[in-house]
Amino acid sequence: MAKKESNFKNMVLTLFIVTLVASTSLAVVYEVTKEPIRLAAIERKNNAIREVVPDFDNQPNEEEYTVEVNGEELVFYPAKMGDELVGVAIETFTRQGYSGTIELMVGLLPDGTIHGIEVLRHAETPGLGDKIETDKSDFYKQFVGRNPADFNMKVRQDNGDIDAITASTITSRAYCEAVQLAYDVFIEKKDKK
Amino acid sequence: MNQARNFTKGFVRDNPVFTMMLGLCPALGTTTSAFNGFGMGMATLFVVLMSNIVVAIFKDFIPNKVRIPSYIVIIASFVTITDLVMEAFMGALHAELGLFIPLIVVNCFVLGRAEAFASKNTLFSSIVDGIGMGLAFTMALTMLGAARELLGANALFGVELVEGDGMLVFVLAPGAFIALGYLIALMNKLKKD
Repeated sequence: MAKKESNFKNMVLTLFIVTLVASTSLAVVYEVTKEPIRLAAIERKNNAIREVVPDFDNQPNEEEYTVEVNGEELVFYPAKMGDELVGVAIETFTRQGYSGTIELMVGLLPDGTIHGIEVLRHAETPGLGDKIETDKSDFYKQFVGRNPADFNMKVRQDNGDIDAITASTITSRAYCEAVQLAYDVFIEKKDKK
Repeated sequence: MNQARNFTKGFVRDNPVFTMMLGLCPALGTTTSAFNGFGMGMATLFVVLMSNIVVAIFKDFIPNKVRIPSYIVIIASFVTITDLVMEAFMGALHAELGLFIPLIVVNCFVLGRAEAFASKNTLFSSIVDGIGMGLAFTMALTMLGAARELLGANALFGVELVEGDGMLVFVLAPGAFIALGYLIALMNKLKKD
């Protein structure tokens, strides 16, 4: 078959059909993948919650509530066993990272003791700042099992008790700050009750 | 046309990255580890194969003057489909490559195959070309990723080979250029022999 001539009618018709078919197929794929994408996002969050609080039998992501501090929102996920509160997973963040925002999931026991910390999102330098991730180094272990009321949650350079990651003091400092924010809001909320 | 030669031409002689210098943005940006390079290569392989097929089938229906916009729409559709499907079913990889998947649209290597090959050859040749070129691109990205991961993190495909820190510069952006330069030199040596 000979190549179609490049006249006005052919060109308009071709582009119309090409874009129509493209947008239709995209709409179909979008509909099909919408649900799996939503579930995958919830699954990721639930995994992070499960990592940072003790065993629970409720659905923390269905009982979430937000607490506002300085115009920003922290999301709280209460974990309960039976009717008893066993811990709270707090989605916290800091904008003081070396490359922008760091988002953490901090799990606190009802008395404020840190039970676990997971990194949700960050853009820190690979090989240096990304050691805040729990599977890349033991940095987070300095926090686990300790109550921020009993120790100074700052890096040594700031006269605190935390050994910063080598060559990533800014990242470590930001990490401490995000955990501290979660703890402060948690205590403030507890005192109000 | 000799299909065996058509299939293998991309690996050394016409390698998209090392010889034609196409698609360098994802090649440099995503290859911080061998696995990331491999994942990006595979996503590109899918897009180049599908766009080659569609362009080869419909090449006679598309008037010459609007062929480039038509190809771009076709490629962009497949990229978006890849993006959605990866987000739904390959969450971890998508989180690492997320930013670069939409950029496959402007990867001139994909458009290059559509324009330089699929629009002038039969469907079967175009399929062979798409798979061959896609695999060659994957190979190039995996090699680059492996070299950077090996030198920068003393690891390969996430498995640590030597204790301790590597030459961090190779994981960072400048190292991508350095590693690519040496790999191109190596490939040129291979071609001469």
